[in-house]
Amino acid sequence: MNSNSLKISNENLKRRLNAERRFKFYGVIAISLALIFVLILFTNIISKGYSAFYRTLIEIKIEFNDKVQPAMFKQMSDTEINKLDLYSFSKKNIYNNFPDIEKKSDKKKIIKLFSIEFEEEIKTYINKNKNNLGNTINLYISASDDIDQIHKGNYSRDIPEERRRVSNFQLSIYDELVGQNKVKFEFNLPFFSRGDSREAELAGLGGSLIGSFFTMIIVLLLSFPFGLFGAIYLEEFSKRNRFTDFIEININNLAAVPSIVFGLLGLGILLNTFELPRSTALVGGITLSLMTLPTIIIATRASLRSVPPSIREGALAVGASKVQTVMHHVVPLALPGSITGTIIGIARALGETAPLLLIGMVAFIVDVPSSPLDPSTSLPVQAYLWNDSAERAYEEKTSAAIIILLSFLILFNLIAVFIRRKFETKW
Amino acid sequence: MGLITFFLLVLFAITSFYLGYFRSNRARVIEKQRPFSLDKYYGYYLAIWSVVPTVIILFAILIFDGFIVKNYVLSEFYSQGIDQSEISLLFTQIENTRNGIKLFNSEDEIIVNAVNKLNYIEGIFDITSIITVFSVSSLFLLYGYRKINLNFDARLIVEKFILIGFFLCSLIAILVTVGIIFSLLYETVRFFSQVPILDFLFGTNWSPQRAFVRDAADAADIENAFGAVPLFSGTFLIAFIAMCVSIPVGLLTAIYMSEYAKSSVRNTAKPIIEILAGIPTVVYGFFAVITIAPFIRSLGGSIGLDVSSESALAAGLVMGIMIIPFVSSLSDDVISSVPQSLREGSYAMGATKSETIKKVIIPAALPGIIGSFLLAVSRAIGETMIVVMAAGLVANLTANPLEASTTITTQIVVILIGDQEFDSPKTMSAFALGLTLFVMTLILNFIALRVVKKYTEKYE
Repeated sequence: MNSNSLKISNENLKRRLNAERRFKFYGVIAISLALIFVLILFTNIISKGYSAFYRTLIEIKIEFNDKVQPAMFKQMSDTEINKLDLYSFSKKNIYNNFPDIEKKSDKKKIIKLFSIEFEEEIKTYINKNKNNLGNTINLYISASDDIDQIHKGNYSRDIPEERRRVSNFQLSIYDELVGQNKVKFEFNLPFFSRGDSREAELAGLGGSLIGSFFTMIIVLLLSFPFGLFGAIYLEEFSKRNRFTDFIEININNLAAVPSIVFGLLGLGILLNTFELPRSTALVGGITLSLMTLPTIIIATRASLRSVPPSIREGALAVGASKVQTVMHHVVPLALPGSITGTIIGIARALGETAPLLLIGMVAFIVDVPSSPLDPSTSLPVQAYLWNDSAERAYEEKTSAAIIILLSFLILFNLIAVFIRRKFETKW
Repeated sequence: MGLITFFLLVLFAITSFYLGYFRSNRARVIEKQRPFSLDKYYGYYLAIWSVVPTVIILFAILIFDGFIVKNYVLSEFYSQGIDQSEISLLFTQIENTRNGIKLFNSEDEIIVNAVNKLNYIEGIFDITSIITVFSVSSLFLLYGYRKINLNFDARLIVEKFILIGFFLCSLIAILVTVGIIFSLLYETVRFFSQVPILDFLFGTNWSPQRAFVRDAADAADIENAFGAVPLFSGTFLIAFIAMCVSIPVGLLTAIYMSEYAKSSVRNTAKPIIEILAGIPTVVYGFFAVITIAPFIRSLGGSIGLDVSSESALAAGLVMGIMIIPFVSSLSDDVISSVPQSLREGSYAMGATKSETIKKVIIPAALPGIIGSFLLAVSRAIGETMIVVMAAGLVANLTANPLEASTTITTQIVVILIGDQEFDSPKTMSAFALGLTLFVMTLILNFIALRVVKKYTEKYE
């Protein structure tokens, strides 16, 4: 080989090795891109949503007078107190906290600093402490959503006044309150217990949490037994023929049908043909369980298949029937895999939104549902609804709803991984 | 009443189980005979007899009672000749009044009468179902009990019954498919009786809200309002953008994972990327609206492009991120299943790793990789929440990714969210769109699954 061709092949090799490095580098970039997406998604949502887990309270002083005496509450039951009309009393007392302000329009603006349900909050306080009320009490009541957002720093004060939802006057009052140390944060417990509301500071996840819970219970009750039994039949008992092949193709295709088509199925068959109640967790649960079924069947079949034939042969050899073999020996061994598949299927159903929109689970529902037959929403649908609301405070709420949703999904998946690690036998 | 019936049934099942069990047990212990099967199988046998026929009859009652109740309660109204469309509204009003919701006509005598009738007939049905449980269950229990004798193989029958039950469970998948096709076809056929199918498939104007008018003079308007081409174009535009993101990233990820990565990298990075597939789509939609869309907007603004606040680009990009794991994990499987001998042959010829990948492995795995792309496309076409939240709601025939455009799934949601009238072509058009979507994804999935399956078999 002369030196010239050696030089050429050296250059050639260099080029090829460079190409090799480049190619590997592209791979690294692709993976880092995917990982960065995950990172951005999570940090973005968490940074937007964590502030919804606490809320702003403002301290006010209430003075009782002759008409509204602390003593009179002692004899009253909780419901009686809740029925009292303390609106003007509460309002006057709030005004009295700001003695310098006399103009009526200004007073109205002051009321706007507080949550629209200030009267209820005062009543709740009275209810709790009715036996030891002094003549004057200091209590914290919720700030309105705008003040809440400003106090959390989510809402910029630099926006010109005419485009800002809080006027300069209200801001100065707020600053004064902050200066007097009368504004504080508290863990936002009502966010987890209340239903939806048109007022951002009152809107909570309670209703949708319960709705999701009912829906998932129904999904579990319907899809797990049917999926398990169906899979057992297909894997253990059916003879391979055209018909079972057809069922198998069917199941595989169903697993890939867009979720919204299941919504159309729920609307067309469950609501219009069977006339089940609209907007309820029952219908949502049935629709989602039809969607989850193929996932469970596929997972269960895979784990049945992984049980070695020696188990079956052993059972058959000591005289067990085919059904006894399967039910007493094969299924218990395959159950962890099946349960894992079910949990993953249910996690997917929990995050599903589109089919629920079509069967009416998007209504604005204030009451927390008490049974699967009550109209309700679910966690992801609530996030969708809040995302549609214009007010700034709902952005934080949407993110918080998503954080809760994601935590549930992570929890489910961890449980699935745990069950797989702990109980699954490797053959 | 449902609960009472249910507990009665459970009670019957338990009782009959023990009746059968002790019948056999007595024979075994006292009469010193040997029954053919184990004691418990006689118990199961009796429990099946006492419960299953009853459940079937109860289901029959459940299906028909709604119909009978409605006819009975509304019989008075029928004789007065009320419009069919008002009937269901009226019935809801009656039911609501009964449930204590006050309505404007709750005080009307005729409604009050109807409520009484409703309570009366539902009471009758409650009693009927309880009586049914009692009588039918006892009857069949007696029948089953008399059939038991000691040479009788209860196990065989119980097992046969279990098998039939399992078989029926496996049929549900087919039932669901039939249900989907039926519900979609039924409304679609009705839709095409009002709007010509060619106008739907090739029309370029989509504005279903215009089609509310019911006059004959507006018939032409109805026909022109349902051209689905803008929806198809929007769907494919967004799916195309999504594939532009997910194919390179997903494929390169798969190649790196299966060919280059150390197992430690693989074991950590793979599950993290799979997280992307498990995140609910509503989260992606929110992410697109709140982060990606404003980002693209300001980016476009800084180079002088006018980007609308809802753009196909934002929706497509985010959808692409969502689909990455679909492409990567399937391609990964396919690439890993290429036999090692092909790689070694290539290395033996002096090829570098990347040359082996590009010239040997990818061509060998190509059918499977394309199958994974097809599955990803079908995902993208059927995806709903991202486009509903981020891509725009108004039909717009454009190829410009910076403008808002709408998709098939978005329009289904827009039409069917909230209250629907089931006679209007607008509502039915959603089902026609649903059918189109179903057929499209079905074809894609079918081809993809076949290709992937055939391919993996080839190397096994």
